[in-house]
Amino acid sequence: MDVILFLAFAAIAVVCAVSLVVQTHPISSALSLIGVMGSLAVLYLLLGAEFIAMAQVIVYAGAIMVLFVFVIMLLNAGAESKKGRSLAVQLVGVPGFFGLLALLAYSILRLFPNAKMVRFGGFTGGTAKNVGQALFTRYLLPFEVTSVLILIAIIGAIVLASKEMD
Amino acid sequence: MEFFVVSVIKALVVAAVLMTTLAYLQWVERKVIAHIQARLGPSRVGPHGLLQPLADVIKLFTKEDLLPPYVNKFFYLLAPFLAVTMALLSISVIPFGSEVTIFGHTTWMQLADLNVGVLFILAVGSLGVYGIALAGWASNNKYSLLGGLRSSAQLISYELPLSLAVAAPLLLANTLSLRQIVEAQGGFYFGFLPRWHIFQGPMPQIFSFIIFMIAGFAETNRVPFDLPEAETELVAGFHTEYSSMKFAAFFMAEYANMVTAASMTTTLFLGGWQPLFPVELGSNFVAPALFAFVGAICLYHGLHPARRLDRITLPVFAVIFFLIAAVLLVPTVVSIFMPVFWFAAKTGFLLFVWIWIRGTLPRFRYDQLMGFAWKVLFPASVVNLLATGLMVALFS
Repeated sequence: MDVILFLAFAAIAVVCAVSLVVQTHPISSALSLIGVMGSLAVLYLLLGAEFIAMAQVIVYAGAIMVLFVFVIMLLNAGAESKKGRSLAVQLVGVPGFFGLLALLAYSILRLFPNAKMVRFGGFTGGTAKNVGQALFTRYLLPFEVTSVLILIAIIGAIVLASKEMD
Repeated sequence: MEFFVVSVIKALVVAAVLMTTLAYLQWVERKVIAHIQARLGPSRVGPHGLLQPLADVIKLFTKEDLLPPYVNKFFYLLAPFLAVTMALLSISVIPFGSEVTIFGHTTWMQLADLNVGVLFILAVGSLGVYGIALAGWASNNKYSLLGGLRSSAQLISYELPLSLAVAAPLLLANTLSLRQIVEAQGGFYFGFLPRWHIFQGPMPQIFSFIIFMIAGFAETNRVPFDLPEAETELVAGFHTEYSSMKFAAFFMAEYANMVTAASMTTTLFLGGWQPLFPVELGSNFVAPALFAFVGAICLYHGLHPARRLDRITLPVFAVIFFLIAAVLLVPTVVSIFMPVFWFAAKTGFLLFVWIWIRGTLPRFRYDQLMGFAWKVLFPASVVNLLATGLMVALFS
């Protein structure tokens, strides 16, 4: 059951990712990205990380992508026109892409020779409680530093926006 | 296998009850608004217009399904589907009642108890905006687009105070599972005051409750925050170009969102299916008393009929209500239906408040709406969350 679900949602994620690049209209691309985010959330859920899965949907699919779609709709961006591609790109591009993938997979295998296969249901430390405890004890400093970083970014955005107004 | 069968039966029952509720909520809304405005409301189809929802459904089914030219077909058709799916999905984690045993099967009156139930509802709710935004964009109509834009901006803004208001009672309950949140609100102070989150120490969640209600009005696009479909400015907003069943899908999504928001408020702040006062003080007799009271009214009007037909119909209804009241006194029925009754009573009252406000308040201006979210509601919810955190850290 887990494997079937994994294969289904992994396939959806890949198809959506391809469609994200191939689509000519920004809204279609944005929605494909939401498809990728959603299927990634299901994959997290299958691996036992339910908090991360929900955070993925709330933050990425529910907040960031809504802003993307909002801006695209506000600017009323049209479909981009497809330009003709050169012969070299068409001939070398596809084999080159698969070659790169193979290289990546090979180097990961070589880098971590002792890595075990992932088992569905083998990981149980993904509840909100576990994540919260890890964040506020073991990873307290990175967590706080990231928060301050985000705060700086927010203040910076407000300063830049108010400059424009004058 | 048994789990599968029980789940299917539960899902079917919940779906049937929810659909009926959605259809009749619209009738209730029209009736209540009508009486607030000193009108009669629907009164032609069936007694007191009771068959009006059925007539509306038949009308919507049989109307011509227009597909306007120059729309983006895929997204135009996807939008109502998305809106209604996301609206109906979140009801699956709401607990309607306690554990019950029917024909030897012990089960919870809840479709699924996720240990991240609250987050699930927030996630599904935040995806609901795509239905509206896409409908507005794909319709190729400036009014629809404006409605869609307004709606996305409004939903993003009000999601922040909503989530922060949800976080405060979670600090008291110490869990994200909706079932355990309701269980944490069981029991009574001094033998009569329920330990619901709006009364519970060390920090009664009355402010979170108010913030959640206000943000809930905005999230469901209801008056006074119904800018996305402001009739006087935008024709009908994001669903201007939709007709027939696709329009009905948006309509259903709006009412389903209302039901979800009301049941979330009940679950988080008003103790879910926990009774208002202890069983020792007779809380199990409230439901039979209510039905008997309605039966008595029917009987009285049947004996003093305004029309000749009432002499027969109203006593029949009176007998039915008395029978229901009698059945609700049977001990096994009490153990199954009392929690559901309390849940339905609270949710129903909140839905009435939703409608009541629609009959009372005018619509905000758009800048007021945004200013209110960011300058009043958001700081208030942050302060409330910090105060709750401090009190919980100090006193428990």
